[in-house]
Amino acid sequence: MSITALSPAKMSMHRRRKVVNGAALTLSLAAMSFGLFWLGWILFETFRLGIGGMALAVFTEMTPPPLAETGGLANAIFGSALMVSLATALGTPIGILAGIYLAEYGQRTWLGRITQFISDILLSAPSIVIGLFIYSVVVAQLRSFSAMAGILALALIVIPVVIRTTENMLALIPNSLREAAYALGTPKWKVIYSVTLKAARAGVITGILLALARIAGETAPLLFTALSNQFWSSNLTEPMASLPVTIFKFAMSPYENWRDLAWAGVLIITLGVLALNILARVLFRNKN
Amino acid sequence: MDTKVELHSTEKIKLTVRDLNFYYGSFHALKHINLDIPERKVTAFIGPSGCGKSTLLRVFNRMFELYPEQRAEGQVKLDGEDVLSKKLDVSLVRAKIGMVFQKPTPFPMSIYDNIAFGVRLFETLPRAEMDERVEWALKKAALWGEVKDKLAQNGSSLSGGQQQRLCIARGIAIKPEVLLLDEPCSALDPISTGKIEELIHELKADYTVMIVTHNMQQAARCSDYTAYMYLGDLVEFGPTSELFMKPKKRDTEDYITGRFG
Repeated sequence: MSITALSPAKMSMHRRRKVVNGAALTLSLAAMSFGLFWLGWILFETFRLGIGGMALAVFTEMTPPPLAETGGLANAIFGSALMVSLATALGTPIGILAGIYLAEYGQRTWLGRITQFISDILLSAPSIVIGLFIYSVVVAQLRSFSAMAGILALALIVIPVVIRTTENMLALIPNSLREAAYALGTPKWKVIYSVTLKAARAGVITGILLALARIAGETAPLLFTALSNQFWSSNLTEPMASLPVTIFKFAMSPYENWRDLAWAGVLIITLGVLALNILARVLFRNKN
Repeated sequence: MDTKVELHSTEKIKLTVRDLNFYYGSFHALKHINLDIPERKVTAFIGPSGCGKSTLLRVFNRMFELYPEQRAEGQVKLDGEDVLSKKLDVSLVRAKIGMVFQKPTPFPMSIYDNIAFGVRLFETLPRAEMDERVEWALKKAALWGEVKDKLAQNGSSLSGGQQQRLCIARGIAIKPEVLLLDEPCSALDPISTGKIEELIHELKADYTVMIVTHNMQQAARCSDYTAYMYLGDLVEFGPTSELFMKPKKRDTEDYITGRFG
C-alpha cells in the first residue's frame, strides 16, 4: 500500500489538519506583520524627523531658550544617564536579593506570598502613581524637586522588574543542579551564589537591561520629582534635566528649534533602548 | 518485612540501617528497613520503579531534608554515628557521603572549578596542591586524558558521558568515605556506561559504593552485594552471586528472571 493511499477517514483527518495548520500559520504571520509594521513605521518616523536635528551640538550644548540659534541636549542626556544608572544601581541589588528570597527561601511562606503580591502590584502600577508617591513623601517633605527624588522613583520601577526576572530565571534552574551542589556539602548561600545564580546569570542580566531600557523612557515619574533643569547640573539635591521630560516640554512647544531638539532626543532614546534590547538578546542567546 | 542480613562474616560494616521508615507526606515509602552495608564493597539496589531504592539512597546523605514534606524515622549509622541526628551538621554528613545523580549536572563553571568547588568548601589548598587534587580526581574518574588540555572550558561543553564522569570526579575529589550512585548510567551510551562500570570497580578499593540501577546485568556485573526492594520493603539482601544464582525468595526470582517488573 502506498503512503498516499490511506483509508478515506484518515485522509480526511489529514486534510483537515493541514487546513487548520495553514490557517494558524497565516494568522500568526499576519499578527507578526501587523506588529512589525507599526514598529517599522515608528522607527522610520523617528529617524526621518530626528535625523534633521542631530548635530554635534546636540551632545555638547545645553538646552537652549526658545528661538535661540544654537543649543543641544547635553544636560538632558547627562541627567538621564546619571539618574537611570543610579536608579539601576540602587534598584538592582534590592531586586536581585528579593528575587532570590522568593525563589529560594520564601516559596511556601506567607512572607514570600506577600512579597510576591506587593511586587506584582508595583510591577503593574502606573508610573505616574509612583511619581506622585515620591512627590508626596520626598519632594513635598523636603520642599524641593531633586534628582535624588527622580532616582528613587525610577528605582521603584526597576525593583519589581528585576525581582520578577530574577525569580523566574532562578525557577528555571532544575532542582537537580541544586541537589548536586548540596550533595557536596555546600551551604545554602553558597549553592545560591555560586551555582544557581551563576547558572541564571544571563537571564538576570537580561532582566536588568530590560528594566534599564524601561526607565530610560519614563517621563511621568520624573515630572514631579526631578522636574527639569535648563542648565548642567550634577547636584543630586537640585532639579535635573532628563531626556524624556525635555522631550515632553519641547515637543509641545510652539518653537521650532525646541521641536527639532525634541525629535533628536526621541531618536537618541529610541536608539539607546534598541541597543539595550539587542544587547540583552545577544547576552541571553550566548548563554543558552 | 523482616530480612535476615547475611554477609560474609569477615566483612567490616560501614553503614547500618535500623528500622528505617520514610514518608512523602502521608505516603509510607520505606517500611522498616534493616540493612548492613559492608565497607569497601559495591552494594547494588534493584527493584521496579517506585520501590524506594532511590529514596533509600537519599536518606543516607539526608538529601530528602531539602523538601519539608519528606521525613525519615529510624537509624542510619555511619561507623556507629547517627547520620540522621539533627545535631550533626548536614554538610559534614554530605562531605563523608557523596552522591552522583541520574542526569549529569555540571556546575556553570570551568571543568577545573567543577572539581575544585567541593574541595574548597572544606580545605584551603595552595594552587599546586589543588592542581594535583583535580588531576587525581579526574584520573580516578577516567576523564583526565580527555580533558587535560581544556580544563578552563565550561563543564557543560563536555559530552553526556564525560559530564557524568566529571560529576563522579567532583564527588570523589572531596574524598568522601561512601559514594552513592543513583542510576549513574541511565542517560549514557554503552561505551560511557562501560567506562563508569570499570570506574566503580576501581573505586571500591577506597570507597564504600552504593548503586541504584534498573539494569540487572549492571548490578550483577559490578556489585558484591545486592538488595532487592519492592514497594518500600527490602525483600532480599545478600551476596550478588547468591541473590542472582539462587534467590531465597520467590519474588526476587520472579523479578530477576523478568517474569515480573
